Amino acid sequence: MTGLALAFSATSSLAATNITWWHGMAGRNGEVINEVATKFNASQTACALTPVSKGTYEEALASGIAAFRSGEQPNILQVFDAGAATIINAKGAVIPAEDLITKAGYSFDRNAFIDGVRYFYADSEGKFVGMPFNSSAPIMYINDEALKKAGVEAPKTWEEFEAAAPKLKEAGFIPLVQSQLTWQFTENFFSRNNIQFATNNNGYDSVVDTQLKVTDPNLIMMFDKLKSWKDEGYFGFYGAGWNDNQKMFEENKAALWIGSSGSFGGLQKTAQMPFSATFLPYWGSIKGAGTSSFIGGAALFAMSGKSDEENKCVADFFQFLTSPEVQKFYHQATGYVAITKAAYELAKAEGYYKEKPAAEIGIKQLLLPAGEWSKGYRLGFYPQIREIMEREYGRIFAGEVSVKEAFETIEKEGNELLARFAKTAG
Amino acid sequence: MTNTPSSSAMSGTLATPAAGGFSRLFGLRKSPTRPPEDTAAKRVQFNSPLLPYLFLAPQMAIIFIFFYWPSVQAIHSSFYLEDPFGFGSTFVGFANYTDVLKSGEYLSIARFTAVFTALVTFFSLAIGLLLAVTADGVIKGNATYKTLLIWVYAIAPPVAGLMGMMMFDQHIGPLVKFAAFFGWDIKVGLYYTDTALAMIVVSVWKQIPYNFIFFLSGLQGIPVSVREAALMDCRSGIRRFWTVTLPLLAPTAFFLLIINTTYALFDTFGVIDVMVKDKAANNPITLVYKVYMDGFRGNDLGGSSAQSVILMVIVFVLTIFQFRFIERRVHYS
Repeated sequence: MTGLALAFSATSSLAATNITWWHGMAGRNGEVINEVATKFNASQTACALTPVSKGTYEEALASGIAAFRSGEQPNILQVFDAGAATIINAKGAVIPAEDLITKAGYSFDRNAFIDGVRYFYADSEGKFVGMPFNSSAPIMYINDEALKKAGVEAPKTWEEFEAAAPKLKEAGFIPLVQSQLTWQFTENFFSRNNIQFATNNNGYDSVVDTQLKVTDPNLIMMFDKLKSWKDEGYFGFYGAGWNDNQKMFEENKAALWIGSSGSFGGLQKTAQMPFSATFLPYWGSIKGAGTSSFIGGAALFAMSGKSDEENKCVADFFQFLTSPEVQKFYHQATGYVAITKAAYELAKAEGYYKEKPAAEIGIKQLLLPAGEWSKGYRLGFYPQIREIMEREYGRIFAGEVSVKEAFETIEKEGNELLARFAKTAG
Repeated sequence: MTNTPSSSAMSGTLATPAAGGFSRLFGLRKSPTRPPEDTAAKRVQFNSPLLPYLFLAPQMAIIFIFFYWPSVQAIHSSFYLEDPFGFGSTFVGFANYTDVLKSGEYLSIARFTAVFTALVTFFSLAIGLLLAVTADGVIKGNATYKTLLIWVYAIAPPVAGLMGMMMFDQHIGPLVKFAAFFGWDIKVGLYYTDTALAMIVVSVWKQIPYNFIFFLSGLQGIPVSVREAALMDCRSGIRRFWTVTLPLLAPTAFFLLIINTTYALFDTFGVIDVMVKDKAANNPITLVYKVYMDGFRGNDLGGSSAQSVILMVIVFVLTIFQFRFIERRVHYS
C-alpha cells in the first residue's frame, strides 16, 4: 500500500514541486493518509506530496524537532494535542496555517470549522496556527445487551451512572471501564464540567507563571468516586494502557466504556456484541456543567524555512484537505470527526448517521454549547505532565496514595515543569 | 582491513578468555597450534611514523563521531535550558543536575535501576552457568541441547519483550493463568511489583543464552588434564566445581559480569519499552528509560542531557570499580 503510494508520487514528481508530510499514524489510519495523499496528487499536477510515517505521535514530534534543528524539516508535520504547546510556543518554527493559506490567495473562514475544533491549535487571537486534521472526542460506548439485561438506560450524568451501577454489576458486568484517565477524566473533565484547568486562561494567554489547578475539589471528588467505585466493583481499572481496558468492553465483560470517537471504526470489527454510543457523562451537581468537550487528536503544522513554491503547495494541500468531500472521506474511513460544518452536513445529507448513529456522537459533543473553560489547554512540557498524572493515578488505584495526595503531587511537579518550560520559551 | 592492528588490540583486552572457545564449542577440539602469521604480525615494523596513525584513523573516526562527539554534546547541553527547536538556550550552570538529583522520583528510579541491574545480572549469570555446567556434562546429543539453548540469543530485545508481554498479558497470558491457579493475581502494567517481576524475568531469559555460550566455551577451555587430576584428588563434584572449575572460569565470569551489568543498565530498554507499552504510569522504569521519556518524548533536552551525563558517570565508576577491585581476584592462566 505504502510502496504503491510512494511509487505513485515518485513518478508524478518529475516536474512538480515536491513536499513531504511526516505523521505519527500507523495501521489502517496510516493507509488512509496514503490514500489522501494519492487523491491530492491525482487532483493536480503542480505539487507532489509524499507522506512518511514516523511511528507514534511522540516519535513524529521528536523526529520533526531533530530535523528542524539540522535544517532538514518536512513541509508538514503532524503534532498531537499534548505537544501543541511545544510547537506553537516555538515562535518561528512554523508558519501559521491561516497566514499560509491567505498568502496563497485563498480566503480563510474560521467559522467554517466546528466550534470545538476552533481554539485548540489557534493563538490567543483565534488565528489558526495548526490546521486541525484528525480530531476526536472522548465519548461513552454502550454495551446494548448489558443495559437491556440490567434494565437501565444509558446514563447522561455520573449521578445516573451511580444509580445504574449496582444493577449492571448484578447483571454480571463490570459497569464502567475507560481507556485514558488523563484525556477523558482530567482534561475533558474540566471542559465537560466547565471548570478552570490552569491559570493564565488555561495557559492560552502566557507561559509565564502558569499554574495547574488540579487540586480543584470537583476533580478530587471525581477521583474519590472512581476509587470507591473501583472498590465496590463498579469500575474496572487495568492500567494506563489503552487496549487492556478497551478489551473488557470488546469481550462483552463491561457495560460502559469511555473511549474515543475515533475508536468507532475498529470497535465495529472487534466488539462481540451490539453497541451504541453517547456523550461523555458530566456531573449534574456541578453548576454550569454539560458543556462541549474540546478536540483531541492532532493537527498539521507548516514548517518554516521552505521556499514560496513549496509553501504554496502546502496551502493547496490544506485547502484540499478541508474540502467537504475529502473531510467526509477521511471521517468515514477512520472514524475521526469531520472538522468543517460543510463536511458534517454532507455526511448527514447522505444519511450516513442514520446508518451509523454512533459515528455522529463525537461531532455532536464538540458542537454542544461551549463554556468559558471548555476550550482545552495550552501547557508546556505537557507530555511529561501527563506522565506524572498517569503515575499518580496508578498509585491511587493501587491504594498507595490518597486522591488528595496524588493531586497535590501532580500540581507541585506539574508546576515545576511549567516553570521550567517558561524558562525555555522565554 | 586497514585497521587490523587496532581491532585485534581492542578485542584482545576483553575477549581473550573466550577466544578459541567458539571453535571448540562445536566439536573442533583438535585445533592445531596457533597459526604462524599471528606471531609474525607482532613483528611488523612501520617505515613511516605516520603510517600506524593512518591505519588507526578509520577506527578512531568512528569512535569519535559516534561516541566522543555525542558525549561532548550531551555534557554541553546539560548546562543549558533550551527550547526544543533550538531557537534560544540559556546557560543555567548546574541547575539541571540539582533539579534531577533533588527529585524524589528520580532517586526512586535510580534505586529500582540498582536493584533491577543486580538481580538481572545475578540471575542471568547464575542460570547461564548452571546450564553450561549441565550441558558440558552431556555426552549424547549435546549439539542439539546447545543449539536449543543458544538460539534464544538471536531474538531482538523488542521481540523478546513482546513475547514476554504475551506470556504476562493480563487477559491471555499463560503465565498469568498459571499464577492464578495458585491464587496469585498478576497484573503487569497495573501493579508495580508485578511489572518489575515480568521485566526481570524477560530480561534474564533474554540474556541467559549469551552467558551460556561464554561459560560453555570457558568450561571447554579447561584442560582435560586438570580435570582428571582434580577428579583423582576430590570425589565431591560440588567441591571440585568451587575449588577448580570456578577459579579457572573466573576470567570468563569477570568479562560476563561487566557485559551483563551494561546489558541490564542499557540494553533492557527494548524490553521495558514493550512492557510498559508507551505509558510508564506507576510502573518501574530504569534510568535510561527516564532519559528517553524526558528527552525524546518530553523534549526537555537540558534535563535529559544532565541525566545521561549522570548515567555516563555511573557506568564509568562502576567499570573502574570492577576492574580495580574484582579483576584483582581473577587469575588469567
